[in-house]
Amino acid sequence: MSAPSGITRATLLKDLRLEWRSKDAINSMLFFSLLVVVVFSFSFDPVAEESRHIAGGLIWVAFLFASVVALNQTWARELRNQVLDAYRVSPAPANSLFLAKAIGNFIFVSVLEVLMTPLFIAFYRLRALGPAWQLLVVAVLGTWALVVNGTFFAAMSIRTRSREIMLPLLLFPISIPAILAMVQATTAILTDENSARFWIVLLVTYDLVFTTSCLLLFETVLNAE
Amino acid sequence: MKRAFPILGVLTAILLTYALYQALVVAPTEQTMGDVQRIFYYHVPSAWTAFFLFFINFVASIQYLARANPKTDRIASYIAVGIGVVVFAAAFFIPLPEGMRASAVGTTGLLAAGLYFLVRSLFSQTDTDVLALVTAEVGVAFCLIVLVTGPIWARPVWGIWWAPGDIRLTSTLVLWLIYVSYLVLRRFSASGQTPVLAAALAVLGALCVPFVYLSIWFFRTQHPQPVMGGSGSIDPRMMHALLINWMAFMCFAFLVCWSRYRLEKMQREVDEVQALESLKDVSRSAR
Repeated sequence: MSAPSGITRATLLKDLRLEWRSKDAINSMLFFSLLVVVVFSFSFDPVAEESRHIAGGLIWVAFLFASVVALNQTWARELRNQVLDAYRVSPAPANSLFLAKAIGNFIFVSVLEVLMTPLFIAFYRLRALGPAWQLLVVAVLGTWALVVNGTFFAAMSIRTRSREIMLPLLLFPISIPAILAMVQATTAILTDENSARFWIVLLVTYDLVFTTSCLLLFETVLNAE
Repeated sequence: MKRAFPILGVLTAILLTYALYQALVVAPTEQTMGDVQRIFYYHVPSAWTAFFLFFINFVASIQYLARANPKTDRIASYIAVGIGVVVFAAAFFIPLPEGMRASAVGTTGLLAAGLYFLVRSLFSQTDTDVLALVTAEVGVAFCLIVLVTGPIWARPVWGIWWAPGDIRLTSTLVLWLIYVSYLVLRRFSASGQTPVLAAALAVLGALCVPFVYLSIWFFRTQHPQPVMGGSGSIDPRMMHALLINWMAFMCFAFLVCWSRYRLEKMQREVDEVQALESLKDVSRSAR
């Protein structure tokens, strides 16, 4: 039996290769968030000053909805040919599998963010008045908060009827503090009206607490019968 | 036990009537808000009752997960004792926000730990799942009362139905949403896995609450300062009416939970018997 980190790496590389060849998740996410950007820009048509106040909310709502697409595919992929059952009977630690899936999703959503952010900037004529490097911190912490809970709840919703609808129903209420923190931090940085420090600290704590509890509970959820 | 139920029902009815009389007649009219303020005697007790029920749901869910295995059960018990002791000690050594009394915070910590062991001694591991389901259902109903009575009060007093930036409103709404999603999960998952999945969700949902509440202290809030543990003050007669109402609401919630608990237990027994019968039928027809 190889080390847990080896299992994580193998699963992660497998997922990345699958995605690289099929590009299922990333294409649908990209197209979806492109649609959100375009529809929002038609419905608001804001001037630069206003858009600074609403852009934080728009960006994160677009990424949140788009990431659900990737998250739903995480485990659905493993249902074919009973791969998930094979994982459950294998002696591989459940947490390595969870970490691999969470890191994989983190990479997918990060790629999406990197590709979509220039579009947002162009469509809404954005320019940060505050310290822009903090946006990077907020993006990393916020994305991790979304995908760690999302991966966990996707594993849960895969066991239910109408699973595609279940994931947002479970994920969104629990993610509200994180979404609030991301949006408030982004707005604070873009407008430079107040400091984003409190929200960044909140995000760090949120990430720590939920990563730990997801790791503690994942094995139980994976083996629930 | 069976006879206790109607007796408790009658007592609750009497208590609710007395509480109504206290709230509408005895309690003095508020100076600036007038009679609208009397909705407070329903709003606040419902909120406390709902939060209490959600807390029991959290304890029951933790126990459902922890007691599956003797080792985690022992760890969870140590953690419960630890939390009780640490909160009790910390209340006297750490400077608390203004208006919070050290003795009150300390006792709350001890009571929370006590509640854990009370639930542990009264319910078996499978029954904690029923308890979690029942308290979530009744808690959602009480939380809905809070969310409905709040705007009815806010419209004449604030001039708006809902203050979207106010975190106390938002956090109660989020709490309600979390437990609604809990009930939806229970409805939609395959029966054998429901308890485990629901318990995991309940634990994560409860962990979310401090994060929602942390933002109360950060955002400036429009909601009146909390009556207990805040810097708000209140006429003693109003406090009396409020506490009587809370007692009545708790009795009522207990009564509803109890009958729902019995119903759920019976339902599960019936399901079990039916499953057994159908198995017997299958084996008979196979022969």
